[in-house]
Amino acid sequence: MTHVVVLAGGLSPERDVSLRSGRRVAEALREVGVSVTECDVDAQLIGTLRSMRPDVVVPMVHGTTGEDGAVRYVLGALGLPFIGATGSACERAFDKSVAASLVGQTGTATPRSITLPQAAFGELGAGEVLAAAVDFIGLPLVVKPIKGGSALGVSVVREAGALPAAMVGAFAYGTVVILQQFIAGTELALSVLDDGAVRVLPPVEIQAPNGIYDYHARYVAGTTEFFVPARLDEASVQRAVSVATTVHTTLGLRDWSRTDVIVDEHGEPWFLEVNVAPGMTETSLFPQSLAAAGLDVGAVTADLISRALAR
Amino acid sequence: MTGTRLDPWVGAYAARTHGLAVSEIRALFAVASRPEVVSLAGGMPFVQALSTDVMVATAERVLRERGTQALQYGSGQGDVHLREQIARVMAEVAITAHPDDIVVTTGSQMALDLVTRTFCDPGDVVLVEAPSYVGALGVFASYQCDVVHVAMDEDGLIPEALRETIAALRGRRIKMLYTIPNFHNPAGVTLTDERRHEVLRIAQDAGILLLEDDPYGLLGFEGPPPRALRAEDPDGVVYLGSFSKTIAAGLRVGWAVAPHGVREKLVLASEAAVLCPSNYAQLTVSEYLATQPWREQIKAFAQLYEERRDALLDSLQAMMPAGTRWTIPAGGFYSWLTLPEGLDATAMLPRAINSLVAYVPGTGFFADGQGRSHLRLSYCYPEPDRIVEGVRRLAAVVESELALAEVFGTAGSSARALGSAVPGPDVK
Repeated sequence: MTHVVVLAGGLSPERDVSLRSGRRVAEALREVGVSVTECDVDAQLIGTLRSMRPDVVVPMVHGTTGEDGAVRYVLGALGLPFIGATGSACERAFDKSVAASLVGQTGTATPRSITLPQAAFGELGAGEVLAAAVDFIGLPLVVKPIKGGSALGVSVVREAGALPAAMVGAFAYGTVVILQQFIAGTELALSVLDDGAVRVLPPVEIQAPNGIYDYHARYVAGTTEFFVPARLDEASVQRAVSVATTVHTTLGLRDWSRTDVIVDEHGEPWFLEVNVAPGMTETSLFPQSLAAAGLDVGAVTADLISRALAR
Repeated sequence: MTGTRLDPWVGAYAARTHGLAVSEIRALFAVASRPEVVSLAGGMPFVQALSTDVMVATAERVLRERGTQALQYGSGQGDVHLREQIARVMAEVAITAHPDDIVVTTGSQMALDLVTRTFCDPGDVVLVEAPSYVGALGVFASYQCDVVHVAMDEDGLIPEALRETIAALRGRRIKMLYTIPNFHNPAGVTLTDERRHEVLRIAQDAGILLLEDDPYGLLGFEGPPPRALRAEDPDGVVYLGSFSKTIAAGLRVGWAVAPHGVREKLVLASEAAVLCPSNYAQLTVSEYLATQPWREQIKAFAQLYEERRDALLDSLQAMMPAGTRWTIPAGGFYSWLTLPEGLDATAMLPRAINSLVAYVPGTGFFADGQGRSHLRLSYCYPEPDRIVEGVRRLAAVVESELALAEVFGTAGSSARALGSAVPGPDVK
């Protein structure tokens, strides 16, 4: 019998989300007859993996270490097959600025943005830098940690006076921040399954309270309203689907991913970011797309596991 | 077209649940439980100081000698023998109580819930200290009370502030004043004797019930336990006690002492909630009190908490940047820290977790959004050398945050933006 390790937890602020995702995936796999051990990412992990020698590892760690490539590089070094993007693909995908730059080169619309480390503000003077950013990007704008998830540290800034506090809030999560043009429109989550052919599952339209899909809106059931199918015309949906395919292939992703876009009033999809370890909690988007496609988390993951074994 | 909210009951929840929010802070605490993180956040008593042999022998005697009773339903008011013993325990804080006036509950948290349920209608005002115990704020929110904070300083609740707050609320129904007079959670301070008399007088004059919550009263580090407010005024005060810190939290045994009219209603409310408190737990506590030198065990607990307090205070003194202030607790588990001007404990928490140290941001202890420049430090659980390491990490986080605030010009500005400084103890 195939023995699988599901990795979940870690030390990032998304630990709680990751534990829930990991637990749900592990249970789904057990229901389809896969033997699963759940492991946390800690100082015991490598020793455990060496002695256990699982057939395949399923990384469900969100945030740094899990999604920045570190864990996957280590799994590769240990010679353990795993599902999802490789370490180097994660490096491209997890950094919002790098991802947007690569995706933008394909002609996909990406918000105007600048990326700056904390040190730059000290060196150049925060006031000057922020004034230049506002002139270039315009208001409202969105402040985000360059590497992060679950909207942690993210804020929408509508007037310049609120920018310093937004920067302090974002720098609490990392040392590099991206300031992005705010795109008004319909928020769509596009879940991609790559089981030989890249296919985009039914997109989920996200309607969060006040339009802000923050941490609370993501993980407290009942807060956000989801629409599958999305309430958009077919042409706009197809354009968004095409973006998700482009993102997955351009960044060299593998097995599964979730691309988040905003479709503006003209039907143009704007790429925001991509997730290489999409959330699988009770309120997550990927499971909703799977369900809409008549697919089961356990069966789909088991299939990706078989493909990983055959690689 | 309607979508899904992934919760079929979303339209059915009672209005009282709408104030309950899962926030990013709770998620960050999932990380705080990892051993790599020095958690100065949780208020977990150091139960490892209890002798396993003693607890096993106690449990065994209970099951062998009174097993049928222990495993059966019991009185809604609680085991009568235990209530007699509780009356003797309360003599340590100068309370003279009749066992009939005592209601045993599943932790004093439950007693707090029952008292609030018995007294408060939605919209009623409850006065609390600034800051106050997060568990109490949760109860008051769940009963849709209107919580109003009253200023404290290093000597506890400020009587003048209490008078002014009551006057300002003229026309509103003030049902209770909730106070933690000893080794306050989260502020660490203790209400002076003189102020106890004043606070009682003010509450009496205004016809406000006083709810005295005292889980730490016997865990002082110097001198005898402070006299309970209830010792002065049995008719005007409901006293809440607990064995969670003096014996073990896992047993879930606490109690309320109330005037008899109140007590009857509490018993009915308790029966509606749990039928009866756990006989198994009650008899275990009773057996322990009857056969063990429980006062000595409390002294042993106090000694180890004092050692941890010293480790915390000494390292704060040695390592924290200028502009940081904290309270000096004379017992209990907590110190309340005020950050240098302009820093925000909530905004700083992710950085702290990333640096492997955890604390509870001050906003959790206020119902009105105050507290951003404060945080609570617990010294009860980690070993002293871990506490020192935790403070080292925290000091580095505060330094980084100061540097960031300097760069973005937020140093000093957030305190001004919030208006007057948060009332609260601020003595180094």
